[in-house]
Amino acid sequence: MKVLVAVKRVIDYNVQIRVKEDGSGVHTDNVKMSTNPPDDNAIEEAVKLKESGKVKEVVAITIGEEKAQETVRKALAVGADRGIHVKTDSYIEPLGIAKILKKVVEKEKPDMVFVGKQAIDDDCNQTGQMLAAMLNWSQGTFASKINLKDKTIEMVREIDEGLETLELNLPTVVTCDLRLNEPRFASLPNIMKAKKKPIEQMVAKDLGVDLTNRIEQLKVEEPPKRKGGIKVSNVAELINKLKNEAKVI
Amino acid sequence: MSVLLVAEHDNSNLKVFTLNAISAASKMDADVHVLVAGSGCENVSKEVAAVPLVKKVLFCDSPNYQNYLPENLAPLVTKLAEKYDHIVASANTFGKNFMPRVAATLDVSQVSDVTKVNGADTFVRPIYAGNAFATVKSNDKKKCVTIRPTSFDPAPKTGGSAQVEKVEAADVPNVSKFIKREETKSERPELGTARVVISGGRGMESADNFKLITAIADKLNAAIGASRAAVDSGYISNDHQVGQTGKVVVPDLYIAVGISGAIQHLAGMKESKVIVAINKDGEAPIFSIADYGLEADLFKALPEFLAELNKLNTIQK
Ligand SMILES: Cc1cc2nc3c(=O)[nH]c(=O)nc-3n(C[C@H](O)[C@H](O)[C@H](O)COP(=O)(O)OP(=O)(O)OC[C@H]3O[C@@H](n4cnc5c(N)ncnc54)[C@H](O)[C@@H]3O)c2cc1C
Ligand SMILES: Nc1ncnc2c1ncn2[C@@H]1O[C@H](COP(=O)(O)O)[C@@H](O)[C@H]1O
Repeated sequence: MKVLVAVKRVIDYNVQIRVKEDGSGVHTDNVKMSTNPPDDNAIEEAVKLKESGKVKEVVAITIGEEKAQETVRKALAVGADRGIHVKTDSYIEPLGIAKILKKVVEKEKPDMVFVGKQAIDDDCNQTGQMLAAMLNWSQGTFASKINLKDKTIEMVREIDEGLETLELNLPTVVTCDLRLNEPRFASLPNIMKAKKKPIEQMVAKDLGVDLTNRIEQLKVEEPPKRKGGIKVSNVAELINKLKNEAKVI
Repeated sequence: MSVLLVAEHDNSNLKVFTLNAISAASKMDADVHVLVAGSGCENVSKEVAAVPLVKKVLFCDSPNYQNYLPENLAPLVTKLAEKYDHIVASANTFGKNFMPRVAATLDVSQVSDVTKVNGADTFVRPIYAGNAFATVKSNDKKKCVTIRPTSFDPAPKTGGSAQVEKVEAADVPNVSKFIKREETKSERPELGTARVVISGGRGMESADNFKLITAIADKLNAAIGASRAAVDSGYISNDHQVGQTGKVVVPDLYIAVGISGAIQHLAGMKESKVIVAINKDGEAPIFSIADYGLEADLFKALPEFLAELNKLNTIQK
């Protein structure tokens, strides 16, 4: 079997982002970038399936500017076999990303596509579900456990009420939660080896899909700041404040 | 034209966040129609028909929809969407699961997790874990929108009498099967709607220690939340997680215990009216957003907190 894993390059989750003064977006110059965290879980799961012998090939794909290749390189360093980089210099909405992924799926014919449950920059939580719909495939969102069988996947998903178990026919799209596994770190020898693994390049606008963004970003603002509060010196004072000042208990 | 809103329910009762989504939808267009799709869910259709803001209920009863499998639900919504300008659902795990399937099939770019409706096509949504708010305009002819429920007041529940129209089920692809659902049942208020939330983090150190939190929650009639670290460590189940990749809560009072205040956690609770932080590290970032910070060891502070509560004559419920 073959797995295609989508990895996105985003502002690192530890960075406190800054909104641009003109409201056009957030500062990205000289800001640390890394792989979208749940996409690391997606790669890890695919590599584990390969190590267990159930999967033959793991292909990592990213869509983005030249530097987005770093995320594919990192995936190769932790065990993906080869990479695909679809180049674009402008932001593409999840709808367009899903269309690109569909094109690549038609060519690569994977049995499964793994994506992260949500990109931590746009927080859209759409791409995997959209891709599954476009392909008429089953989908398993917010996966915290995957059990690959012959023609199906049994998976556990995290929902608001608790957990849900589904059986999905292959081919399928799975969106991965951070609790799916513990992503490994790349060892130095594997980082060196990854440099020799192939990354195929494509250009987004040559793929013959409509990538026009439909959503116009009118402005980006900072959220209202919370006024700093006070420190209380003991529990009795805290209770007193909650009762008589904030009047919430 | 009007709004098609997809109700969330458990086949017996409407989930309350649907009411918040209805009030958001009514700001896009006053003509709000609600789809109740499920199995043996007639009672839900009646509940929805009583909501004054709802103009019409579309009722589809079929075993295909019993477990809201997105592969089954999306074709029905897509078929009905023909007659509507807006397709709306809550931005919780229910809406997040099926709405992008509808949007992709309609070739529409979805607007996720809307916190403010400025009109029929313009919305505000948080990005970067709520560290920025984007005002966006959808240029698609149809709009697929998910609503952050806690950003809108729930629509009043009674007084209306909308017409209920039966609709035919759509074809289903049979590509997935529901096996089971493990729900955490509790007598406590729901995390999303509770007036008071008390959350524990890694500082709690064990599942057993969460009973210090439970005791206070009982006293305050509070829901129990947790940081991702507390869930990851197995102290408490995933449905308690608050944050960017968990639930968003906006209670009157949020008490964070042994939680450092990572931006991903703040994303889920910083709109709370009053925030209390109990942490032994005076430099913990949670203090920068707390109205009342107590720098203390939680294993000492929580029992004292309970004892002080026990001294009070009255406690708001
Ligand atoms: C993509 C992504 C999404 C994420 N989503 C979420 C999310 O939705 N929700 C979430 O919560 N996190 C989320 N996280 C994780 C987040 O980054 C933090 O790792 C997490 O919130 C830390 O949890 P914590 O505060 O409980 O633990 P820690 O950061 O370890 O903090 C523990 C705190 O407890 C205090 N403490 C310890 N012992 C005591 C004691 N005896 N008395 C008093 N205080 C004590 C310490 O001083 C410390 O401040 C996400 C991370 C990523 C990368
Ligand atoms: N530009 C991209 N390149 C590769 N994968 C992407 C890209 N955008 C989104 N994805 C995948 O889709 C997931 C969900 O993204 P989103 O729908 O934007 O929240 C991510 O975790 C990635 O796995």
